[in-house]
Amino acid sequence: MEEVCARFVSQKISKARWRPLPGAALQPPDLFATGSWDNEDNRVSVWSVGDAGSAGLNGEYQGEPQLLCDIRHDGDVMDMQFLDQERIVVASSTGSVTVFRHHQNNQTLSANHRWENAHYHADQYTACGGAACTGVICNNPEIVTVGEDGRINLFRADQKEAVRTIDNADSSTLHAVTFLRTTEILTVNSIGQLKIWDFRQQRNEPAQIFSLTGDRVPLHCVDRHPSQQHIVATGGQDGMLSIWDIRQGTMPVSLLNAHEAEMWEVHFHPSNPDHLFTCSEDGSLWHWDTSTDVSEKPSFLHQGGRSTAYISHSTINQSVVSAWLSNDPTKDRMEITNLIPNQTLSVNTLDVLGPCLVYGTDAEAIYVNRQLFA
Amino acid sequence: HGILWGLIYCERLESTGAACVFVVRRDQDIYMETLRKLFNESHGIFVGLQRCEEERAARARNAQLVQVSKNYRSVIRACMEDMHQAASKSPFVLSVLFVSILSAMELIWNLCEILFVEAAPAGPLLLRLLDWVQLHICDVDNMVREVLSSENPSKHKLFWNVVDIFVLQGRMDEARHLLSKEAIANPTSMKMYKILDDLMKKMPLGNTQTLTEMELKWQHWHEECQRYLQDGTFASNSHMESICKILLGDENAILEKKELMTTWYHFLVTRLLYSHPTVKPMELRFYAQSSMDMFLGEESSPEPLDTILMAAFEFELHQVIKECSVALSNWWFVAHLTDLLDHCKLLQSHNLYFGSNMREFLLLEYASGLFSHHSLWQLGVDYFDHCPEYGRVYLELHIERIPLNTEQKALKVLRICEQRQMHEQVRSICKIMAMKALRNNRLGSALSWSIRAKDAAFATLISDRFLKDYCERGCFSDLDLIDNLGPSMLLSDRLTFLGKYREFHRLYGEKRFSEAARLLLMLMTAHIAPCSFWMTLLTDALPLLEQKEVIFSAEQTYELMRCLEDLTAGKLDRQKFQDDDVETMKVEMLRLALARNLARVIVKEGTLEGS
Repeated sequence: MEEVCARFVSQKISKARWRPLPGAALQPPDLFATGSWDNEDNRVSVWSVGDAGSAGLNGEYQGEPQLLCDIRHDGDVMDMQFLDQERIVVASSTGSVTVFRHHQNNQTLSANHRWENAHYHADQYTACGGAACTGVICNNPEIVTVGEDGRINLFRADQKEAVRTIDNADSSTLHAVTFLRTTEILTVNSIGQLKIWDFRQQRNEPAQIFSLTGDRVPLHCVDRHPSQQHIVATGGQDGMLSIWDIRQGTMPVSLLNAHEAEMWEVHFHPSNPDHLFTCSEDGSLWHWDTSTDVSEKPSFLHQGGRSTAYISHSTINQSVVSAWLSNDPTKDRMEITNLIPNQTLSVNTLDVLGPCLVYGTDAEAIYVNRQLFA
Repeated sequence: HGILWGLIYCERLESTGAACVFVVRRDQDIYMETLRKLFNESHGIFVGLQRCEEERAARARNAQLVQVSKNYRSVIRACMEDMHQAASKSPFVLSVLFVSILSAMELIWNLCEILFVEAAPAGPLLLRLLDWVQLHICDVDNMVREVLSSENPSKHKLFWNVVDIFVLQGRMDEARHLLSKEAIANPTSMKMYKILDDLMKKMPLGNTQTLTEMELKWQHWHEECQRYLQDGTFASNSHMESICKILLGDENAILEKKELMTTWYHFLVTRLLYSHPTVKPMELRFYAQSSMDMFLGEESSPEPLDTILMAAFEFELHQVIKECSVALSNWWFVAHLTDLLDHCKLLQSHNLYFGSNMREFLLLEYASGLFSHHSLWQLGVDYFDHCPEYGRVYLELHIERIPLNTEQKALKVLRICEQRQMHEQVRSICKIMAMKALRNNRLGSALSWSIRAKDAAFATLISDRFLKDYCERGCFSDLDLIDNLGPSMLLSDRLTFLGKYREFHRLYGEKRFSEAARLLLMLMTAHIAPCSFWMTLLTDALPLLEQKEVIFSAEQTYELMRCLEDLTAGKLDRQKFQDDDVETMKVEMLRLALARNLARVIVKEGTLEGS
C-alpha cells in the first residue's frame, strides 16, 4: 500500500484502463489510458508507469505516471475499453463512439473510426439535448454500446454501420454493459434491473430480467466473475454491492452495504477473482477479499490461475463453492479494506490487472499502486 | 476564467521602479493547467486542516499547524516549478510574471509561518529568518557555482562577492571553506586568515542554549572581534577588514554590500544577525522600519511587497491580509492564509459589518470564484461547507446554476445536495431531469428521477402519460418498467393504479378471470382509478362479461352497473349528447352486457343453491 504513486493531472478523470497484456504475459502492465470529463476540452491520454524494474529495491521512487500522448475528445469520456493492444474504444457524452489508435512508434493517438450518432433521442426535433453513450464493452472485433436513450448497439470494429441495433431496449437509462458469454450481454439500468440480452435471438426483448428487491435503486455498474460465469456483481446508487447468481431466481443472492454514495465501478480481479474492487462518489475505494485463511488451503489452490475451486469448511462434498455466493457471512471471512486514507472527492474509476491498480478521482489526480498484493 | 485573471491582474511586486498593471485579455491554457493543480492540491490541504483532530497539547498543535503551512508552501513551490517548465516551452512573456508572483506569495507565506504560525521565540527566530533569507535570494547560487567550478576560485573576480554573501547570510562554514582556498593561494595572508577563520568559527549561533547564555557568549565574542579590528590586524586586506566590520554589525559596512543583498529585508536580517541576534519578535518592527529606510534611502519608495512584509514584521495581521488582497487581487492566497491564521487563533472575531468574519468573507469570495469555473466548482463545495454563517446559502444559490449536461453530472450534483439536506435543490434538479427525460420519451428515466425526489406529482404525470399511450395504442409501452415497479408503485395513486391495471391485464392474459374481475372492480370501487379512466375499465370488463362462463357475481354486477350509472350521470350534466356515437354505443353495449350477465348469474346463483 505504500507504493501508491499519485499525480495531479489538471483534469477530472472519468475513466482509467490498463492496456491488456498479450497472451500469457507474466510481467505487470506498464501502460494505461485515461479519459477526462467536465472540461471544455476533454482529453483521452495514454500514460506509462515505467518498468517494474528490480523488485528487490525498496523505496526507489519509480516515479509518477508519465504522459505519453493525448488527444482531444469531444464531450465527456463516459466509458473506455481497450479493443486490442493498440486500439481504444471511447464512449462520449455526445452520443458518439470513437475508436482511437495508439501508435507506439511515434507515441501519438489518432482517431481511427467514429460512429457519430450511436446514441440519440428518437425525435431529433423535439429532443431535449443529446443522449450520452454511457457504456462500452469490447470483445475484439465486436463492440457493444449502451446509452441514455435506452438503445443497445452492436458494432464491428471494421464496419461502418452497426451490425445490430436494439432501439428502445429499455425505457430508462442503461448505465453499464458487460459480456456474459460471447453472444450474450448483461445490462443494468436506472430502475434497478439487470437484464440478459442474447444476440442470437432475433426479437428485441431481453432473455431474462432480474430486479432488486425493495426499492428500485438505479444500478450503475456490473461485472461478471472471470471464471464462474453465473456470478455477477452490480453496484447501485445507494452504494450497495449486490451479488447475483443468474442461474437461479430473479433477485440478488446477497446485498452488501458498502459505500455511502453511488458506486461507480465494480471489478472482479481478472486473475484473482476472490478479490473484488469497488469505487464510489463518497471518495473511497474498497478492496473485498474473500480468499480464506492461507493455512487452511493446500498450497496449490492458492490465488492466481484460473482455478478458483477450493473446499469450503463445512462440507467436503460441495466441490466448487464460491465465497461470493455464500449466505453465511460468519463461515467465510470477508476482509474489506478502504485503500484511500484521506478521502475527499469522488473516485470515478478503477482498473486492476495483475498486481497493479489504477484509479482516478474528481480531485484531478491519478493514482497507481503496483504492489497490490504485497 | 475569473480565477486566472484574478491571479495575474495585479501590480508588479518586484522593486524595479514604477509599479505597472498587467491586464491580460486571453487566458493561456497552459497556465490554467498549472493553476488547477495548485487549486486541487491546496483544496486537499484545506479540507485536511478543517477535519483533523485538534491536538490537545499546545506544542503538538503548533507542530501540526506548521506542517500544514509547510504543505501549502510546497504546493506553491511545485506550482512555480511547473510554471517554469511550462514557460520554457511557451515563449509567452507572462511566464516571468507568474513565477515572480508565486515567488512573492511564497516569500510572504514563509514569513507569516515564521512569525505567526510557528511564532518562533527570540533565539530560534533569527535562525528561521536566516533560513528564510537564504531560501529566497537565489541569485547567489549561480554566482557560487561559477566561482567554485573555476580553476582558481580565489582568483575569480567574484570570489570576494561570494565570501561576502556567505557572511551576510550567516553561512559561516561555507565562507570559511572558501577563505581557506584564498589562504592556500596567498600564504602571506595566512596569519590574518587564521584569526578571521577562528572568529567565524567561534561565532555563537544560538539554538541549544538559553537566551542569557547566548547573549553572554555573544557579547564576549563581539568584544574579541572589536579588539582585532582596533589592533589593525586586518588593515592590509580591505576585504577581510570589511568582513570583520560586518561581523561587528557595522551598518555602513553592511550597507556597502547593498548590491549583494538586493533587498532591505536581507539587510534587516544581516543587521540583526550581527547586532541583535537575540531579538524578540515584538522588537522586529523597529529594526524593520529603520532597515527599510536605510536601505531604500531617498530615491525609491516602498513597493507593495515591501508594505506587506513590513506589516508582517509589525505583527499587524489584518494589515497583511488587507494589503495582500489589494496587491494580489487573488483570493486563493489570502483565503488559505487567513484560514490557517484563524486556526492558529490569531484573528480576533473582528466582525465585518455585514456579519461574517474576515476568514469567512475571503473563503466565500474564493469559493464563488471556483464556481465560475466549468470544472472546479466541485472544490468550491467543500469551502462553502466550512463557512458556518453564509456557506450554506451561497452553496444553495450556486449549485442551482451548474449546467447539467449529462445524467452523471446531475447525479453528482444531486448527491452533494442530498448530503446537505438541501431538499429544495434536490426537488428542483430532479424535476428538471425528469422533464427532460419525459420530453425525450424516456418514461423509465423520468420515473427514476421522480422516485429519487419522492415527487408524487411528477409520478402522477408520468403515469398519465403511460395511460394515455395505452388508450391511444391499445397496449402498454415499456412493460419492463410497469411490471417491475415494486414498492415505488406507492409513490403516487396514479402510479399504483397503473401497476394494478397492468396486473389486471396480466391476470387476464393468464386466464385467471375471476381474479382479474375482482381486481377490475376493486380499482373502481376503491377509487384507485381516476374517473377519466372508468370508461376504459368498463370497456375492459366487456370481454369478461361476454365469456361463456359467468365470471362476475350478482353483487359484482350490481356494482358495475352502479359505476356505469355514476359515470353516465356525471356526463349527462355536462356533455349532453355531444359525445360521438362511439361513446353512446359503448354505453349501450355495456348496459346490454351487464343486463345479460345479471340474468345469467341470477340463474346460476339460484341454481347452485339447489344442488
